[in-house]
Amino acid sequence: MQIETNILLFELALTFYLLATISGVIEIFRGKKSASKVSLYLSIIGFIFHTANIVVRYIEGGHIPVTSMHEATSFFSWSVLILFFIHEFKYKLGLLSSFIMPIVFLLMFSSSVFPREIKALSPVLQSYWFGIHTILAFLGDAAFAMACGIGIMYLIQERNVKSRRLSTLFQKLPSLQTLDEINYHLITLGFPLLTLAMITGVIWANSAWGTYWRWDPKEVWSLITWIIYALVLHLRLTVGWRGKKAAILSIIGFIIVIFTFFGVTLILKGQHVF
Amino acid sequence: MNILVIGLNHKTAPIEVREKVAFDGTKLEEAISILKKSDVVKENIILSTCNRVEIYAGVNNVDSGIEGIKNFLSDFHKVSRDLLDKSLYLHTGTDAIRHMYRVASSLDSMVVGEPQILGQLKDAYDAALKNKTTGVVLNKLMRKSVSVAKRIRTETKIAESAVSISFAAVELARKIFEDLSTKSFMLIGAGEMAELAARHLINSGVKDVFITNRTKARAEELALEFHGKVVIFDNFVQELLHTDIVICSTGAAHYVLLKEQVHRMMKERKQKPMFIIDISVPRNVDPQINDLDNVYLYDVDSLQGIVDTNIQERAREAEKAEQIVDEEIGSFLKWQASLAATPTIVALRNKAEEIRKTEFEKTIKKLGPLEEEKIKAIEYLTTSIVNKLIHTPTAALKSEDSDKEVMLDVIQKLFQLETEKGKNEET
Repeated sequence: MQIETNILLFELALTFYLLATISGVIEIFRGKKSASKVSLYLSIIGFIFHTANIVVRYIEGGHIPVTSMHEATSFFSWSVLILFFIHEFKYKLGLLSSFIMPIVFLLMFSSSVFPREIKALSPVLQSYWFGIHTILAFLGDAAFAMACGIGIMYLIQERNVKSRRLSTLFQKLPSLQTLDEINYHLITLGFPLLTLAMITGVIWANSAWGTYWRWDPKEVWSLITWIIYALVLHLRLTVGWRGKKAAILSIIGFIIVIFTFFGVTLILKGQHVF
Repeated sequence: MNILVIGLNHKTAPIEVREKVAFDGTKLEEAISILKKSDVVKENIILSTCNRVEIYAGVNNVDSGIEGIKNFLSDFHKVSRDLLDKSLYLHTGTDAIRHMYRVASSLDSMVVGEPQILGQLKDAYDAALKNKTTGVVLNKLMRKSVSVAKRIRTETKIAESAVSISFAAVELARKIFEDLSTKSFMLIGAGEMAELAARHLINSGVKDVFITNRTKARAEELALEFHGKVVIFDNFVQELLHTDIVICSTGAAHYVLLKEQVHRMMKERKQKPMFIIDISVPRNVDPQINDLDNVYLYDVDSLQGIVDTNIQERAREAEKAEQIVDEEIGSFLKWQASLAATPTIVALRNKAEEIRKTEFEKTIKKLGPLEEEKIKAIEYLTTSIVNKLIHTPTAALKSEDSDKEVMLDVIQKLFQLETEKGKNEET
């Protein structure tokens, strides 16, 4: 019965995220100066069901529900939403949900493809490092997801200003400076989280297997991700790679995050379940 | 009560005439008070701006109202009636309501969608309220006009986009920098249009203002006016290190700002964005500068292009706005009709109550001493009979029935009601 409840909640969340995505995309093309909040409201409803789904699975499984691809991807999109709401209410950026909700929906949709049964925690994962490591990693990835969405918004707005086409989309999107600053701020948030996730992972690996680094594909690709974002920050501070270049890098960075998340797990396999 | 509008604006009268009939602050209050005292004008508001002078009035008789107001205008301003008759327009009834809505929504303005007119109309209304020159009808019409204007502003894009080069420049600056109060601005040269755009940017609150000019005296003059710092012309490129917004208009026949220079300065600025507006013809800034990252260059044509598109868009939006005006006229007419019914309903109720009271008292007298309870029961009985009887006609009068005018007339005749409206119609 409880399994059915959590699946129902999941489907409801997925449906509302789809609706939020559709209304968000419509908002981009609608010729009004101020964006409507429909997409935001739909995403809030979806988020409530999503949170309930995670709580139910937590109660049922007795641990943070991030032990399968299904759970991990769902948790990933949930983390993106938390950051999305914080930014939405703090900065009130026009059209933010139009660019973030598609990412959230696609993550959630990928999650729905994987088997949904609640798995028992394997002995090696039964450690308090497990919670800390995964939560840090997800929050870091969520910040990079947001930076990617904001980066896309920046590129569109930059195109508008450069090409001197001042459509209603130009009116609705935030200013270039705001987008660039938030993009930077998200990477300065995601980077230390990723660093901490890697440090805790290394410590945990040592206590679980007696070795710090095993050249596991996930470890390697995480290192590549880390280097990319380290570069983004470094180039910005030294030679002023801001604006367009920073936006493009944050999109590339997130593509690597996604590959590390799905690609490495599904293609390269390794010690990490996800 | 009939509504009428008499006035003139930029379309019907040249400035020479408009300034003759304009009412400035104190004269306006004097004028509305004089009008209030006249027999023919019951309510009035005067709107006087540099583009229009209009009198909104509530009158009992349209013809005498028009005559009265025209004579007043001619006496007050000592202008011949001939001149007035040539320039004045006149709207009554539905047209007057439409006109007021259109004025408030800036559909009748020289620049459609300009925002000042609503404020000016509110000021005119405040003056009228202060001098108590309005009544039920104009108060309602005024509030309605304001709400129509607001509805049009939110539902159409009539007032959305910049329709002058200076506004377009500021709008762009805000989309590049968000907050202008931390940004520095440099004016290179001093064309007239550049000065206008510069003034507008400075009014939007930029942090520092730098002025540079080949003629140092002219730069100093402008620096004084804009509270800026003078930069020596030969050094201005280096000063771009601290400048985020540039307006350039030197009258030189060649480029004064080259791509290599900006490229070098962008490196030194660590790519902090720069917005360059080249208002000069021929152009003074190398157009290829727009290809550099984080530099946004606009010339006169590109700004004018934005302005033209915006003006066309406003014209399209104005059509939507006219539809809203039409809709809202209907709602005002409904209200006005219900207003016409109110005195009749009140008179009907009063008459019924009067009859009930007289008959009730007669009966009580006839019956002699009675217990309190029985008196109350009789009173209750009479009241409920009267209420039930007049309920249906009252409801019918309040309804939106198309025969209402007829019903009003019939009821007034059947019950021999004397209402204010009835009296008015006879005169």
